[in-house]
Amino acid sequence: MSAHAADNRRLLVRLTISAVVMFAFGFALVPFYEKICEVTGINDLLKPDTAATNTQVDESRWVTVQFDSNVHDLPWRFRPQQAAVRVHPGELVHVAYEVANTRAYAVAGQAVPSYGPQLAGQYFRKLDCFCFSQQTLEAGETRTMPVVFVIDPGLPAEVNTITLSYTFFEVAGRRTSAAGRLPAGADST
Amino acid sequence: MSAVIPDHLHDHHHPAPGGLMRWITTTNHKDIGTMYLVFSFIMFLSGGVMALTIRAELFQPGLQVVQPEFFNQLTTMHGLVMVFGAIMPAFVGFANWQIPLMIGASDMAFARMNNWSFWLLPPAAMLLIGSFFVPGGATAAGWTLYAPLSVQMGMGMDLAIFAVHIMGISSIMGAINIVVTILNMRAPGMTMMKMPLFCWTWLITAYLLIAVMPVLAGAVTMILTDRHFGTSFFNAAGGGDPVMFQHIFWFFGHPEVYIMILPAFGIVSQIIPAFARKPLFGYASMVYATASIAILSFVVWAHHMFTTGMPVAGQLFFMYATMLIAVPTGVKVFNWVATMWRGALSFEPPMLWATGFIFVFTMGGFTGLICAIAPIDIQVQDTYYVVAHFHYVLVAGSLFALFAGAYYWLPKWTGVMPSETLGRLHFWCSIVFFNITFFPMHFLGLAGMPRRIPDYALQFADFNAMASVGAFGFGLSQLIFIAVAVRCARGIGQRATARPWDGAEGLEWTVPSPAPHHTFETAPVLR
Ligand SMILES: [Cu+2]
Repeated sequence: MSAHAADNRRLLVRLTISAVVMFAFGFALVPFYEKICEVTGINDLLKPDTAATNTQVDESRWVTVQFDSNVHDLPWRFRPQQAAVRVHPGELVHVAYEVANTRAYAVAGQAVPSYGPQLAGQYFRKLDCFCFSQQTLEAGETRTMPVVFVIDPGLPAEVNTITLSYTFFEVAGRRTSAAGRLPAGADST
Repeated sequence: MSAVIPDHLHDHHHPAPGGLMRWITTTNHKDIGTMYLVFSFIMFLSGGVMALTIRAELFQPGLQVVQPEFFNQLTTMHGLVMVFGAIMPAFVGFANWQIPLMIGASDMAFARMNNWSFWLLPPAAMLLIGSFFVPGGATAAGWTLYAPLSVQMGMGMDLAIFAVHIMGISSIMGAINIVVTILNMRAPGMTMMKMPLFCWTWLITAYLLIAVMPVLAGAVTMILTDRHFGTSFFNAAGGGDPVMFQHIFWFFGHPEVYIMILPAFGIVSQIIPAFARKPLFGYASMVYATASIAILSFVVWAHHMFTTGMPVAGQLFFMYATMLIAVPTGVKVFNWVATMWRGALSFEPPMLWATGFIFVFTMGGFTGLICAIAPIDIQVQDTYYVVAHFHYVLVAGSLFALFAGAYYWLPKWTGVMPSETLGRLHFWCSIVFFNITFFPMHFLGLAGMPRRIPDYALQFADFNAMASVGAFGFGLSQLIFIAVAVRCARGIGQRATARPWDGAEGLEWTVPSPAPHHTFETAPVLR
């Protein structure tokens, strides 16, 4: 038994190091997957879409876009300034949402968009959106936030109504530190 | 079993503590193996009670026995307890008992660490089971602990995370011990390619454990920091991605299913030649097949995620890679059948279980192949078809092999032959009730019954009633094994000779039955 002791110890150290490396590898998967999603464009929820060049406005067709707003465990009042708009595919559209922090302290939130029908998401190009970054609202602050979008004329003919729905989530643990992340122009309204 | 071994304590030079302290302080691989096996059987019964509560609720449509919240806790905890509490420790128990005996070593390489790896388990089990009683109850996120549910659950989730951490550390320590023992402690002349196949499969399993248990520990640590420390690994609102949890989890999860089946392959590969009275057909190909299964297991994880919106190229890659695993698995099944071919077969309980294993496990393997086909998987994802599939490979696979191994080595462990009548009864009840329970689930799944839901549409009622009857039959059949094990431990029954199975080969059969407390203090000499 003692004849093996040194060999055993050496192997023990190596295997323990392997286990620790694999623990780190688990965490390394996080940036790795993010990179893959970025390169392949699988998950670009938080990035502006590029405006299609020389988009033809399809004047022959009307699409109704409805706006919806939700907050998830967040003391904010959040609503669209318009319930719905009628637009032509290809047309550049500006709308706005209003948000107010009803609490006596600053809170950071992140809006996550979703679409109904889900299929419409890939034809909905947002050029500017408050959902591209976290929003920090001071105590009692009210803000008007723009969304600029184009509906891709390739939208299937059977889709006549699209619902754009946002849900604001509180960014836990970042109540005060997110001010530096605000997009230019979003903090002065 | 405790009644048998102390007789042999006294012929050794240092007095061992008696009673409970003996079990707490022991560094003997046989004692620790026994404790692992007893612990895993207790966990098996607790997980079984949860399963039966689930089946009682599903006996009829509507809600009768439990509330939906508690039902979700039961499905989650049944999975966690069976995977981490029953199947994995049971195989470690076999490894502790058998590997030193099979390779002619006096004990495991790190005997003290071996004691720690076992004694980490009871506290982890208490955390897990105790989480039923905290406010909000146990975690109900499913055994896969998917975010975002697991980020939102109550404190039962934290207890489950800590339990997974502790059991992970225990598994890693056990795995390191096994690798070092097998690589460094073999008797002179026991070359790698002369090693019993059980040792080979465990060596490869141990490497898998060292590679993936830390990744699971990392994943649950990320959930913990998301829950309490404001990180956003899986929290979409903070820029994280819940789907990423699935990627990290299944990077662990798929190798994990081989961690639970490769040692089973090893046990069956020991038993089939013994009762066919022929050497194992294709020993080297068995080793290579085991290694290929282990390597391939790292590149197939996303077959659990075909419905998460993966690009088609990704689906095709993971589909073909998964189907490729059928090749080495098929090699194994054909080798077992070829070993039996023209053998002098006899069907004592170990062989009954091993043959039953091949038959039912292969069915589970085939449904796995069906699930691997992306377009079909999208249909059967999260239905009872998947439940049927993984119970065919985990119950009829791992569990049946564990029972095969227990009947095979009980004479060596206790010095008493397990009752043949009870063993046969246990096997036939188990295989019949197992199929009554799980075969109808294929139909339920194909008809669209979702898993993890306490209620179901009326057209599923007949098959569910059938499955519930089968489940209670299966659960009660397992009590037969308690009778078998207790009789052996008490010394009731026919005495076992050193080599009670006339076709059995290997060093473990050269020591007396029951195996003395200390064996191979001087290494045996191999031809
Ligand atoms: Cu898998």
